[in-house]
Amino acid sequence: MIPEIGHFALILALLVSLVLGTLPIIGAASGNAVWMGLARPAARAQFLLIAVAFVCLAYAFAAMDYSVMYVAANSNSKLPIQFRIAAVWGGHEGSLLLWAMILSIWTVAVSLFSKHLPDDMRARILGVMGLVSVGFLLFMLMVSNPFERLIPAALDGRDLNPLLQDPGMIFHPPMLYMGYVGFSVAFAFSIAALLGGQLDAAWARWSRPWTTLAWVFLTLGIMAGSNWAYYELGWGGWWFWDAVENASFMPWLVGTALIHSLAVTEKRGSFKAWTVLLAICAFSLSLLGTFLVRSGVLTSVHAFATDPRRGLFILAFLVVVIGGSLALFAWRAPTIGRGGKFSVISRESFLLANNVLLAVAAISVLLGTLYPLFLDALGFGKISVGPPYFDSVFAPLMAPALFLMGIGPIARWKNASLPELAKRLRWAFGVSIATAIILPLLLGNLTPMIGLGLFLAVWVFATTANLVYQRLRGSDQALITRIKSTPRSWWGMVAAHLGIAVFTVGVTIVKGYESEIAVRMAPGDVAHLAGFDFTFVGVDEIQGPNYSASRGQLRVTKNGVERTVLTSEKRLYTVTNMPMTEAGISPAVIHDLYASLGEPLTDGAWSVRIYHKPMVEWIWFGCLMMGFGGILALSDRRYRIKKRSKDEALANEAVA
Amino acid sequence: MRRFILPLVIFLVVAGFLFKGLNLDPREVPSPLVGKPAPQFSLPRLDNPETVFTPKEMLGKVWLFNVWASWCGACRDEHPLLVELAKTGFVPVYGMDYKDTREDAQQWLDQRGNPYVATAMDIDGQVGIDYGVYGVPETYVIDKKGTIAYKQIGPITEEVLRDKLIPLIKRLKAQ
Repeated sequence: MIPEIGHFALILALLVSLVLGTLPIIGAASGNAVWMGLARPAARAQFLLIAVAFVCLAYAFAAMDYSVMYVAANSNSKLPIQFRIAAVWGGHEGSLLLWAMILSIWTVAVSLFSKHLPDDMRARILGVMGLVSVGFLLFMLMVSNPFERLIPAALDGRDLNPLLQDPGMIFHPPMLYMGYVGFSVAFAFSIAALLGGQLDAAWARWSRPWTTLAWVFLTLGIMAGSNWAYYELGWGGWWFWDAVENASFMPWLVGTALIHSLAVTEKRGSFKAWTVLLAICAFSLSLLGTFLVRSGVLTSVHAFATDPRRGLFILAFLVVVIGGSLALFAWRAPTIGRGGKFSVISRESFLLANNVLLAVAAISVLLGTLYPLFLDALGFGKISVGPPYFDSVFAPLMAPALFLMGIGPIARWKNASLPELAKRLRWAFGVSIATAIILPLLLGNLTPMIGLGLFLAVWVFATTANLVYQRLRGSDQALITRIKSTPRSWWGMVAAHLGIAVFTVGVTIVKGYESEIAVRMAPGDVAHLAGFDFTFVGVDEIQGPNYSASRGQLRVTKNGVERTVLTSEKRLYTVTNMPMTEAGISPAVIHDLYASLGEPLTDGAWSVRIYHKPMVEWIWFGCLMMGFGGILALSDRRYRIKKRSKDEALANEAVA
Repeated sequence: MRRFILPLVIFLVVAGFLFKGLNLDPREVPSPLVGKPAPQFSLPRLDNPETVFTPKEMLGKVWLFNVWASWCGACRDEHPLLVELAKTGFVPVYGMDYKDTREDAQQWLDQRGNPYVATAMDIDGQVGIDYGVYGVPETYVIDKKGTIAYKQIGPITEEVLRDKLIPLIKRLKAQ
């Protein structure tokens, strides 16, 4: 009964989203206030209905209802409850429901926080989001229904893929989807603005916080995924240029460009057409990612079970949404004004250059991801594009982007002076060069890539420090007053840029100085790596809720002093009969020690892999700082002031 | 304004490729061995280690060569299908037990039924290298002249059997 309620709620949600996607937009075009007024209640009703469906599916998982095919395929009675709930989004159908659920959350959030928008604008924005929702709900109901029954019911479920039985599964997909789907808001704002012909500074100001929030979620979601891969896959990698990772990274690159371009559009009125295009592309790439994961056109560790009907449906949906919005862009963009003029050396120019670099980076990732498909479709045979391509394309694009990142915030709007910039940044430049040469020499290995990476990281640190210093120095106010009077969004930028620097340090150091050994170890054997001694204590057998495991322990000492014990497990999940490795990691600021248990050998010995990963945690800490920067920017006064003045306006109205 | 149409054009080209891609299987890896003579070997048989099996014995017949192992989960999935196929007598199925032990393999077949006319024991995986085995199960269709006509990577499913293997074997038999 409960699954049928969920199914019925989804059907009702589709009907509501059809209303939401049509009447308010028509109303906005014809000036029908009643139809426009439907947008807000419809957005709320849609959210409630999808939430009911979501809760029903979660209940089916919690109650172990194996008469529901999706539940039987993705969980098991021995699966712990937190993973049974997370298994709701562990497969194709349920993750689509999560998608639709999150889209309805964003839609309802827009309906709640858009009281200051003109009625027609709000109606169009919610209507566009409703149309996207129609596509996803139709898709679910037609070819991916999570509530489909299995008759007769299975005695027990086939269990969730052991790779997904991890706390990462609880946070990573919802965060990532919040980011992906969050770009639908910026997309809807752009389409609404194109439809209504109101592409102005106000439009950019409204879009900015939504875009930043989606970007924060996407940043943290990607970070969580990367960290999860690092400790779960058992060989210490943190980014694989897998097709699906790329699918999440492309919207991030474009979204980052969008945040910056929106700033220019709001402050200077320039880049309007470009900003609209970026907003369309960021969401389009999110949709494309959804397609790539579910259609089976690419091989990937993330791929869901594939079904050509599904692929065809999403492709048709992509063509309607992306093709339609790009056609609208082609039709309306020529009427958009050009905005303020600026000279070659100006903050606008630096931001434009950074935008172009980010966009080109996204395109090159897209090209690398789809290249095997292109060749195959043209009959040139099978190839796979791996990390060597991405590394060699990505570094040359990101190096100038990071360099410009140091200059952009210091340069003046409209017209800056190159000699003045050079004079102001000469110290930062000198410090960066010196560090880039001296530090690797002290660490004992100087390669061009390490030098370049460190130079760029220190450059961003030093220029940002210079920026903060210039902002706070002079004047006779107390320092604390000056810090407080500086807008939070400015501090957000500082935090995010420093996050990039921290991230770059992590990547450079871990790539340049990591080391690993693979050894055969019997109990009592000692292995040596990076000045540490690893003593193999031995292996004992343990029993988990739905797996049995061999647990190996390594005692780590340095100069005879015990530092830590690394515990790695080799698990066998009994239902799926899949082996999994749980790595033993000792994380620290300076370095991670990382061990994973391999295969059992003869005489109680095991093959063991040990990794020394210097500064690898900086990678994720840098991402956290970027996310924190975004949150700081969102807490900026101007967004709160708007709320207050609106409250005042309401109060005045009440008085009147 | 032509430049504003450019994004749409690029997208439509990509969409065209994606449409084409829906009908392609990225996992379908062509084997360089298809169309080449099956590598020769001579390995002890599972049922009787004193005797050997060699592909030469099969010249003049179309046969299936299935690489399996008792430790392989996917082999378990395809096994009932092979047993069914062997019962029909449509095509002789020969096996190669890859990187396995005699006891485990025999026990596995005792439990699940034995579709193989004979199973060759490739205990150290040497012959597997010649055949380019990179994951069990793999299945080769070998024609009357001893040439590899088809290679299936991963388990045989009902669709593969119905749509690919059976029509192909019929054709090869008629040659």
